[in-house]
Amino acid sequence: MAAGQSPLAQFEIKPLIPMKLGEIDISFTNSSVFMVVTVVSISLFLIVGMRRAQLVPGRWQSMAELSYVFIANLVRDTVGTQGRPYFPFIFTIFMFVLVGNLWGMVPYSFTFTSHIVVTFTMAFVIFIGVTIIGIVKHKLHFLTFFMPPGVPMYMAPLLIPIEIISYLSRPISLSVRLFANMLAGHTLLKVFAGFVISLGIAAGWLPLVFIVALTGLEIVIAFLQAFVFAILTCLYLNDALHLH
Amino acid sequence: MPQLDVTTFSSQIFWLVVTFIALFLIMWRVSVPKISDALEARQKRIDDNLARAQELKKEAGAALEAYETSLADARAEAQNTLLQANAKLAEETQAREAELGEALTKRIAESEANIAAALNKAIANIHDVAIEVSVSAAQRLTGEAPSVDAASNAVEVTIKARR
Repeated sequence: MAAGQSPLAQFEIKPLIPMKLGEIDISFTNSSVFMVVTVVSISLFLIVGMRRAQLVPGRWQSMAELSYVFIANLVRDTVGTQGRPYFPFIFTIFMFVLVGNLWGMVPYSFTFTSHIVVTFTMAFVIFIGVTIIGIVKHKLHFLTFFMPPGVPMYMAPLLIPIEIISYLSRPISLSVRLFANMLAGHTLLKVFAGFVISLGIAAGWLPLVFIVALTGLEIVIAFLQAFVFAILTCLYLNDALHLH
Repeated sequence: MPQLDVTTFSSQIFWLVVTFIALFLIMWRVSVPKISDALEARQKRIDDNLARAQELKKEAGAALEAYETSLADARAEAQNTLLQANAKLAEETQAREAELGEALTKRIAESEANIAAALNKAIANIHDVAIEVSVSAAQRLTGEAPSVDAASNAVEVTIKARR
């Protein structure tokens, strides 16, 4: 990367194989590369790790089982036994976001979770899916979600709009949280990396040390944001299954 | 800001949907069943082992109980045998004592009879001698020998009186 390049240049989408579906552009881009890499690495991690499943697990099997149990416990604790059918989806969400974030930490790679359109699509699908689950399960009763029982009637004009707005803002908060974290972290890293070059040997080590520390923090954030994404999905699912 | 470049949205959404669905299908059909099978197998193995250990413990308890019962039985039997042996021994001892006592009594009786016979014989001997002595004594004193019959009577009377 040439000096003087914008810190946002790392987020540019570069088409590698131009493709079109009718009038719609579906080019295979650097973002798509890392999505595919993420899917392949998750599959390798989980399938090769479990290839020879043993009673006493080895390192890879242990890690695969650990990730499974981690999300299984998360689903059980937040949704309960009714959440079991949705476990594969939540596990997929968690692993996809986590590994996508982690691949983004590799220098010169691309972080597809740093694009609002990606995170918003995921959040929107979750939002629509959870709403459908709620309506199918509770029929019209689902509307009581916006007017919890036991609240005095005169509160309704105030409470119902608030509840509806908070419900509708869920996909936005869910997607912006992940996107903004990734964007800010990577931009910050890039800005400080620029300082290393401009300050030279004399003082460049100071931002370098900062970058090293920041990289550690970013890896923690990569994990944390994947976890938050998964746990919020679980909470929304829990609301849909059990209402308030 | 590249994130706001709307022209890239369609390809990003398309590839997101494709890759995510692919990953979901792999997860749903392959990875998750594989891991859950391994976890279940382990849980089952642990449960089985625990159940077996419980069973073995129960068996060991039963064996210990049986052992203790048989030990107690053996002890009781030994006690019994000992008592019987003691009783038998006591009985035998008593029988032998009785036998010995009988034999001794018999011997004593025999001895007494012998002594009595010897005494009679001695008395008889003395009787003859006494008659002789008395005859010759009477002849010395009176100069005249008494008849043997008279002497014999006199001796007899004397012996009877002395006895």
